[in-house]
Amino acid sequence: MTVSPNGSLGAESKTHAMGSMYLTLMRTSIISQFQYRAAAYFYMIGMVVEPVIYLIVWSTIARSHGGEVAGFTPGTFAAYYIVWMLVRNVNIVFTPFGWEWRIKEGNFASQLLKPVHPIHYDLAEFAGGKLVVIILWLPIALALSLIFHPSLHPSLLQCGVFFLAIWGAYLIRSLVLWALGLITFWTTRVSALYEAYFLAELLLSGRLVPMQLMPRWAQTLSWAFPFRWTFAFPITALTGPISERELLEGLAMQALWIGVGTIVVMLVWRRAVARFSSVGG
Amino acid sequence: MTRRDDQRTGAVRLAATFLRVGVMNEVQYRINFFIQLVQSLLTIATGLTALALVFSHTDELGGWTKPQLLAVMGVFTMVGGLIRTVIQPNMQRVVEDVREGRLDFALTKPADAQVLVSVRDVRFWQLTDVIVGLVVLIVALVQIGDSVSARDLAVFIGVLLVGLVTIYCFWLMLASASFWLIRMNEVQELFDGIYRAGQYPVGIYPGWLKYGLTFLVPLAFAITVPSEAVTGRLTWQAVAVAGATTVGMIVFSRWFWRRGLRRYDGASA
Repeated sequence: MTVSPNGSLGAESKTHAMGSMYLTLMRTSIISQFQYRAAAYFYMIGMVVEPVIYLIVWSTIARSHGGEVAGFTPGTFAAYYIVWMLVRNVNIVFTPFGWEWRIKEGNFASQLLKPVHPIHYDLAEFAGGKLVVIILWLPIALALSLIFHPSLHPSLLQCGVFFLAIWGAYLIRSLVLWALGLITFWTTRVSALYEAYFLAELLLSGRLVPMQLMPRWAQTLSWAFPFRWTFAFPITALTGPISERELLEGLAMQALWIGVGTIVVMLVWRRAVARFSSVGG
Repeated sequence: MTRRDDQRTGAVRLAATFLRVGVMNEVQYRINFFIQLVQSLLTIATGLTALALVFSHTDELGGWTKPQLLAVMGVFTMVGGLIRTVIQPNMQRVVEDVREGRLDFALTKPADAQVLVSVRDVRFWQLTDVIVGLVVLIVALVQIGDSVSARDLAVFIGVLLVGLVTIYCFWLMLASASFWLIRMNEVQELFDGIYRAGQYPVGIYPGWLKYGLTFLVPLAFAITVPSEAVTGRLTWQAVAVAGATTVGMIVFSRWFWRRGLRRYDGASA
């Protein structure tokens, strides 16, 4: 091991070093995910069920009401919930519940010795796993499309924004949940708080139902939280209906929340790590 | 009494002792009751919100009215709680023990291994879900307004127990699969994911899924059939199919478990 590269490297080579660290971590994560394909598929099949339930329930309602509910047909519901699956999978990040284990096992101490902020390890590792997830998702999406006949006609711009938006959503969710997980440095009785957070997210993000089916007040309330930019926006970016203006607005809101998330993580992290002490590790 | 009868009463006594010790262990941590209760309430809040959203756009779903679906939600929550109290923790421990090579400790004991691995853990506080689910079920029954006779109640409890046995058999098969597959951490996610489908009666799903949720993952017997029993929808054909399938699953899961066991060669001990 050479000495800490922090002081000795210029800004350019620092970025370069960070880039190659990300690539290496992502590659390792891809390899280990592929190693356990069966496990990954188990996981995904479990996850398929949730959107399929929503999809069947809402298509049933649409059909019993002359083929449409709040502007959604069975076909557009199918498109929404099939894209939902991809967005949901890309959205999976290090869980705040995991912090208890990290701290308890004491193996977090070794992370602190490394010259890079530990969030980069999580970001890179989970991002690498996403590439596997996308490949595994394709056959599932194909099968579901054959069963449920989604009507999906995105423009080129929509596809481009969608591609950016899923990674924007990934970053927002990573940052916010990381910050939330850091509360574990103060107290471990946080599971109820996390559950409440996930409930709010489920209801105000477009995960349970498309935003258009929510009551007005809930739609308005959703603007105060980052949730809708991690589910409803990326999904609707691809499935529509969405205007060009809304597409750009959405990206801007994502950028805003990424900024907020980064600042919060930096502030909380500094305080949290000051409290941390560990033996061994 | 024959030797076989002896063994059987022995197994029941063994299970009772293990369960009692498990409960005593859990009761020491009383604060967990409140944590679990909050979690149960948040989960039911999610379910009720989803139901409210559905019924803000329609009056009935696949022939079920709102109070009837509320009853299904109550049963779904109760059964989920029972699964997480006794079935899931034990079966997951089998998966872990097989991977870590610790199953030897259970196998070397002078009792039926299947009984032993099925009663080692009790998550007593998960019973909060049973309480919350029961409250929801009672509210639903009051809303439906038809009186529930003692006979209905007996049938309900009967089919509920049968349903739980099928779920146990299903979990035993999942756990036995760990003799062949190494990494089964995700098996719980798989089950939890599929279990969610039970919050609606299986009749609303398209054919392939309906049969899958009946015979592949027997949620229909554990949730839909008991719900039908308390909402006056139960047919005798459904009870007969449930009974026959359960017997089949008991036999098959035991065979599968023993086959897996033969493959097992411990690495520790």
